[in-house]
Amino acid sequence: MAYVDGQLAPDAVRRVEAALATDEAARAEVEAYRLQGLLLHGAYDKVLAEKVPRRLAGAPVNTSWTRIAMAASVTLVVGAAFGWFARGLLVVPAGESTTFAQRAVAAHVVYLPEVRHPVEVVAAEESHLVAWLSKRLAATVRAPVLADFGFRLVGGRLLPAEAGKPAAQFMYEDAQGQRLTLYVSKIEGAQDTAFRYSKEGATDIFYWVDRNLGYALSGAVGRERMLELSNTIYKQLTPG
Amino acid sequence: MAHPIVEHIPRLRRYARALVGHRERADDLVQDALERAYTKWHLWREGTNLRAWLFTVMHNVWVNQIEAASSTPPMVGLDEALEVSEAPRQEVALGIRDLDVALSSLPTEQREVLLLVALEELKYHEVAEVLDVPIGTVMSRLARARAKLRTALSEGTARRPNLKAVK
Repeated sequence: MAYVDGQLAPDAVRRVEAALATDEAARAEVEAYRLQGLLLHGAYDKVLAEKVPRRLAGAPVNTSWTRIAMAASVTLVVGAAFGWFARGLLVVPAGESTTFAQRAVAAHVVYLPEVRHPVEVVAAEESHLVAWLSKRLAATVRAPVLADFGFRLVGGRLLPAEAGKPAAQFMYEDAQGQRLTLYVSKIEGAQDTAFRYSKEGATDIFYWVDRNLGYALSGAVGRERMLELSNTIYKQLTPG
Repeated sequence: MAHPIVEHIPRLRRYARALVGHRERADDLVQDALERAYTKWHLWREGTNLRAWLFTVMHNVWVNQIEAASSTPPMVGLDEALEVSEAPRQEVALGIRDLDVALSSLPTEQREVLLLVALEELKYHEVAEVLDVPIGTVMSRLARARAKLRTALSEGTARRPNLKAVK
């Protein structure tokens, strides 16, 4: 085996080759193992030639990158990279995240078509809305600004979450009347997660946990756009 | 100057692709590993093998993810959802799929050893360090992986006699 892997001393190689000369089964084995190496290289070496995806290429310029990223004046590029790197592994208590996304999308579907009363408190009263929802959730809740994507805040409402706990829902709308909802609920004791994705009918849901708050963005504006929106929301709601 | 880690990213991606068998999930693993590596950068000692260190970091992340995944219900991942299907290149694609299938039939520990040796061409003692196991364990896992892969591949081609061997 070490012979196949080129990890033998020269005299050992000679001994193995002498033995192989008289052992057909051993020769076949060596050939099979060499073929495995060739197959693996044949199948996966193409990855080496691929352009490294941007999310992986966002490496720091030098080792003091954390300080740079933490500093107040974060450039857009470093900020984007940090946004990605700041999210950790996918660790959520079993079952917690799916039911969370399900509740979020249920609320989304219920209020999405609502023409007259899509929200309880309209965006004009944003400071009241945010203060109210923060108080009821017992956590600092903010409404992200999605104007860069053409979405304006319609308003928000309070919803029941699991076990009598409250959840907040912010609704956004663009010029074409397409709506997004951001569902926020407290998830005690959960670790931060990366973005997760789920789909219910035509609705895409991106959800994640950040500092004991679960977020779920629901909408049907295309997955790529939803991912960009989620990334923006994540960055806006993460202090620093 | 680019961070010293950057030049190793293509090989981390190659290894992850073969290990995970799925493009986006593999890059997720690399991303998580890079995140960890940058955070733990102060722990790397200059003069030691950076590539082996990065493989070590990625191995640890991978093991954690497997454990986390086994305790959470399966769900649609972001990766599957965003995956762009490539135009099928029949012959090659079939061959690679066979290899993917054969690889994924190996237990994780064996797959890791096989890929680190046969694809990444690490020395046995380096593999032992990366995986934090004795070198004897590396050798026995490698032997089992190779024998199993040999069987799996010959069965794969036997089922589809028309399939040409991939170069």
